[in-house]
Amino acid sequence: MVAALLSWATLPTFADARDGFFGPTNIFAPDSTPAHSIFRLSIFELEVEGAIFVVVFSLLAYAITKFRQRKNDDDSEPPQVYGSNQMELAWTVLPVLIVVVLFLTTAQVIHRVQDARRPPGTIEVTVVAHQFWWEFRYPQYGFVASNELHVPLSAPQLPTPTFLALQSADVDHSFWVPRLAGKTDLIPNHPNTMWIDPQETGLFLGQCSQYCGVQHAKMLQRVYVQSREEFNKWVHAQQQPAASDPAVASGSALFITKACFACHTVRGTIAAGIVGPDLTHLMSRDTIGSGAVPLTPENLRQWVHNPASFKPGSLMPAPDITEQELDQITAYLLTLR
Amino acid sequence: MSASPAVMAGNDTPWVLPSRGRVGMISLIIAESAIFMIFVAAYIFYIGKSLDGPTPRQVLKIPIFITVCLLSSSLTMHWAIATLRKGKTASFNVFWLITLVLGAIFLAGTGREWQHLIYQEGFTIQTNLFGTTYYSLVGLHASHVTAGLIGLTIVAILGLAGKIKREHSERCEVFALYWHFVDAVWVVVFTVVYIVGR
Amino acid sequence: MASESIALRVHKSPLHVVYECVATADHKKIGLMYIVYALLFLVVMGIEAILMRIQLSHANATFLSPEVFNRLFTLHGTTGVFFVAMPILFGFGNYLVPLMIGARDMAFPRLNAFSFWMTAFGGFFLYASFFAGGGLSQAGSAPDVGWFAYAPLTSPTFSPGHSTDYWTLSLLLAGVGSIGAAVNFIATILCMRCPGMTLSRMPLLAWMNLVMGGLILVTISPLTAAQLMLMADRYIGGHFFDTAAGGSVVMWMHFFWIFGHPEVYVLIIPCFGFVSEIVPVFSRKAMFGYPAMVAASVSIGFVSLGVWAHHMFTVGMPSYGNAFFVLTTMVVAVPTGIKIFNWLATIWGGKIRFATPMLFCIGFLFQFLIAGLTGIMLATAPFDWQLSASYFVVAHFHYVIVGGILFTIFAGFYYWYPKITGRMLNETLGKWHFWIFLIGFHLTFDFMHIPGLLGMPRRVYTYEAGRGWETWNMISSIGAIFQAAGILIFVYNMIVSYFHGALAGNDPWDAWTLEWATTSPPPDYNFAGVPAVRSRRPLWDIKHPDDPDWKYE
Ligand code: HEA
Ligand code: HEA
Ligand code: HEC
Ligand code: CUA
Ligand SMILES: [Cu+2]
Repeated sequence: MVAALLSWATLPTFADARDGFFGPTNIFAPDSTPAHSIFRLSIFELEVEGAIFVVVFSLLAYAITKFRQRKNDDDSEPPQVYGSNQMELAWTVLPVLIVVVLFLTTAQVIHRVQDARRPPGTIEVTVVAHQFWWEFRYPQYGFVASNELHVPLSAPQLPTPTFLALQSADVDHSFWVPRLAGKTDLIPNHPNTMWIDPQETGLFLGQCSQYCGVQHAKMLQRVYVQSREEFNKWVHAQQQPAASDPAVASGSALFITKACFACHTVRGTIAAGIVGPDLTHLMSRDTIGSGAVPLTPENLRQWVHNPASFKPGSLMPAPDITEQELDQITAYLLTLR
Repeated sequence: MSASPAVMAGNDTPWVLPSRGRVGMISLIIAESAIFMIFVAAYIFYIGKSLDGPTPRQVLKIPIFITVCLLSSSLTMHWAIATLRKGKTASFNVFWLITLVLGAIFLAGTGREWQHLIYQEGFTIQTNLFGTTYYSLVGLHASHVTAGLIGLTIVAILGLAGKIKREHSERCEVFALYWHFVDAVWVVVFTVVYIVGR
Repeated sequence: MASESIALRVHKSPLHVVYECVATADHKKIGLMYIVYALLFLVVMGIEAILMRIQLSHANATFLSPEVFNRLFTLHGTTGVFFVAMPILFGFGNYLVPLMIGARDMAFPRLNAFSFWMTAFGGFFLYASFFAGGGLSQAGSAPDVGWFAYAPLTSPTFSPGHSTDYWTLSLLLAGVGSIGAAVNFIATILCMRCPGMTLSRMPLLAWMNLVMGGLILVTISPLTAAQLMLMADRYIGGHFFDTAAGGSVVMWMHFFWIFGHPEVYVLIIPCFGFVSEIVPVFSRKAMFGYPAMVAASVSIGFVSLGVWAHHMFTVGMPSYGNAFFVLTTMVVAVPTGIKIFNWLATIWGGKIRFATPMLFCIGFLFQFLIAGLTGIMLATAPFDWQLSASYFVVAHFHYVIVGGILFTIFAGFYYWYPKITGRMLNETLGKWHFWIFLIGFHLTFDFMHIPGLLGMPRRVYTYEAGRGWETWNMISSIGAIFQAAGILIFVYNMIVSYFHGALAGNDPWDAWTLEWATTSPPPDYNFAGVPAVRSRRPLWDIKHPDDPDWKYE
């Protein structure tokens, strides 16, 4: 019965409206199985509660209009009624039945989403949240990316879901890309998992949704869903060590002498810091500072000059460098494609 | 309108209400139990989760003697109240003093245990999770024993000065409730720390 | 007769008034002190809310820095729960419970004064952090960890300075005060009732305060315990919530919500009491299903102890754990439904008088219905994976707290102000207050659900343009201004009516419970003689000697 109710609740989705007025993070525009399951459950729930609402609201509205004191009423008191056991029984049993239905439907969806098995071909990504940025490790492919998550499309005929192992390097965070799945927290010492199987290519937005400190607001998320070929191409590119261009040797030297390397990794150089995002393929990203600003040469220069101008409270300090050195470092960073 | 409304016409059942002292104390005990429950939950949750030693087995010895002292103090407390109700203030004083001494022995015993742990074993609240939960749970209990001992002492002094009479048995009883509670908590703490956790 | 009446106190020297406040142990004065204190903090937290709403009214705003914004929502939430809602309810409870059960004072008057001052110091202490919270390291000022202060954000590593200590200590103080108040309520209600006032004849408000007291005993204590652990961690090197030593931060979440969930019922249950007193009087009917109301409230109290982890559906509990808490949480809908339906049945067949107290109660009934239903949506764990920590949650709980609690508190003010001061609040101003606040409330909080559904997380000091959130946020912010205007009218009304309001007399609403049997304001000793009752509505019995209630109960 529950299943029947669920399928009956499958309305035409709101998906058509998703990028217009309702914005890119609408939970009613699901594009991945967990989000779909939640969506169907929520529509069912909204219908049940809508019905309760209409009934109780109407009764209340009727009562307060019908039983108002009228101008020509006398002062006598209305008949006193002290209670009725039948009524009490009725409005106890009915809600109990509704609760049972709601609970069973819910339990089914919880089970389906949380206890899903990993089919062969699953992509594994370990997500490590840091104060105000994201680290994505791809153990199957042997590289680390930052801030922008790339996953392959999961076609219904050949599902290639992505399972995310969620960890935190410092405080609590939460992974939430509404159109792909509900949120799951990233908690130190408490590994979690979640999964997505996006059915459409494109960019999916989200943001950290567990308060994690000053810049919780700018711990944004970008998930790029790519066709299998493009994803493979991206993986291949990410696996390469950093480009080394002799033209920017002064910049790459400054990267070491100005202590950038203490926090950042650039694979293929001695820079192997883990406090900040991996910069090996910095220029393959569209944004800086986990979505804070678009990655343009001017913004990059400004970021290195003073990260706080885009993201006050971010844990990257403004380095002590001259304008000229700044240009050199920026030039170097621009070669990290 | 008169300030005294409905008269209880035709109702002559006597009007008895519970004693507010007792109700107040029971309420307080419920609140305290909830506090202890959280600390006990934390203790149980962290059993065996410390990243490094020492483990409870290495450092804790089962404090049988002081446990017996504390538990028997409940009994003497009970007798003290019972005699006071009969108006025998002298034996009340004796039982009360024994209770006080037994409680003090318990507290001293905990103190000795801690001294041993800290100075001989170098085991403190900072050592590991076990240290944190052990000292806080046992310490929370010890602080309640201390509060109880202060109360016991005050009553003992009043009693020796001859100020405690039969009509005070109600108040002493309320205080006794607290003391029994402290004992009961020890049974839980003892079980959790020295039996389950060890 | 009213030798110590408030009206007369105006003529005393200010110093004398201060002295009386500090030294008093009279339940009515302490009740008033609680209320005035809470109103003060209502304005403070409201101003904090307005500042946040200005910042959020449009995308990429720079009105507030992120640090300041984070402090504001932490203080707004903490103040709202601990220093507005709790004290105001304690205040009404203190003032009304002894009067309604025909007692002369609370069971432990000195404990009562002590509890008030603990709570009061807690609040002042919290705000002292603005000046001293930086500590020696000069990091931070007011606390900025959110009102549930999830570990490890509160650890010395992530919260240097003293701001978090102010938060902890302040709640510890207030917690001791609350436990004292609860002990007092329980003892008063069980042990101080006037002859004939059996438990089954007690006014529902007294019942609700009894349930609240019981809940406080078992909920504030876990908070106190958790705060002690946090202090042990911060000061003496404990590891309760220290992940580096193997500690669990999820444990803090459990402990906090073991407190935090029942806490919300601590707040709403006395408000149910207000509604159960006011709705019958203005519908001119006896409360429908009194025993069911009592049973429902008591069971809400019990069930609410087993639902806490519905605040933790996103934490990664196993599926059966999630399912368990879905079930327990949804079960609360049943007794709550019983209450709604009994109020409905009380109105049904009555002769409703739309005085201001009744208007606010009617607002409550509609709004609480909606708020409860959004609560059930949140209780549906998978739905909550989307909604949790979004503005939908913020909308849900303001719907209960403002649309439920604040509305009934306003109802309570309009209803009992005449008893407390001897003068009526102005009805015209009251209606203005009601309608403007109602409009403001719905503008702010109805529209706040939508950005939540569109993916807007809470506790963000700003957001990007182009997410479809701007319009809704702008509407919410405009609504907040209306709310402020409504509250200003209310404050103005209270001040003006205090001096110029119509005289109330003993029983302006033609009501039925004992507090209306004495003068307004009541004398120090409350009743000239010890009252005695035979039914739930002693004044009804007097007014209708031919058809008294006790024949039917
Ligand atoms: C007074 C305050 C109050 C009250 C009364 C409630 C009542 C309820 N709340 Fe709410 N809640 C809060 C205050 C309150 N809440 C606060 C402050 C938070 C956020 C804390 C924070 O994160 O900062 C919160 C958060 C919160 C969450 C966590 C969301 C999240 O963070 O992810 C959940 C999830 O289950 C929830 C559920 C409920 C439910 C099921 C009820 C139920 O009690 C509602 C029951 C009522 C009804 C259902 C309506 C009447 C019933 C009928 C007409 C009968 C028929 C109905 C059915 C059969 C469904 N609440
Ligand atoms: C009793 C509890 C209570 C009450 C009454 C309110 C009332 C209001 N709240 Fe609050 N709120 C909380 C409890 C409460 N809140 C809690 C617990 C949180 C969570 C905190 C956290 O995340 O840690 C929260 C969070 C919260 C947020 C989310 C912050 C975030 O997540 O980033 C917002 C945002 O709009 C908000 C807004 C409001 C508004 C507009 C009101 C309005 O209803 C206020 C209306 C009142 C007034 C306006 C005061 C009257 C003013 C005057 C009479 C003087 C006039 C002065 C001027 C206008 C300058 N609240
Ligand atoms: C103390 C550690 C630290 C040092 C030193 C440091 N950074 Fe960073 N860096 C960070 C952190 C942390 C972030 C992530 C900030 C955020 O998004 O909140 C970051 C982010 C960045 C980014 C943006 C990366 C992205 O994907 O968004 C760039 C580029 C960058 N740093 C370059 C530099 C350069 C160049 C230097 C040296 C001049 C440097 N960093 C020194 C910690 C550091
Ligand atoms: Cu990370 Cu919020
Ligand atoms: Cu809750």
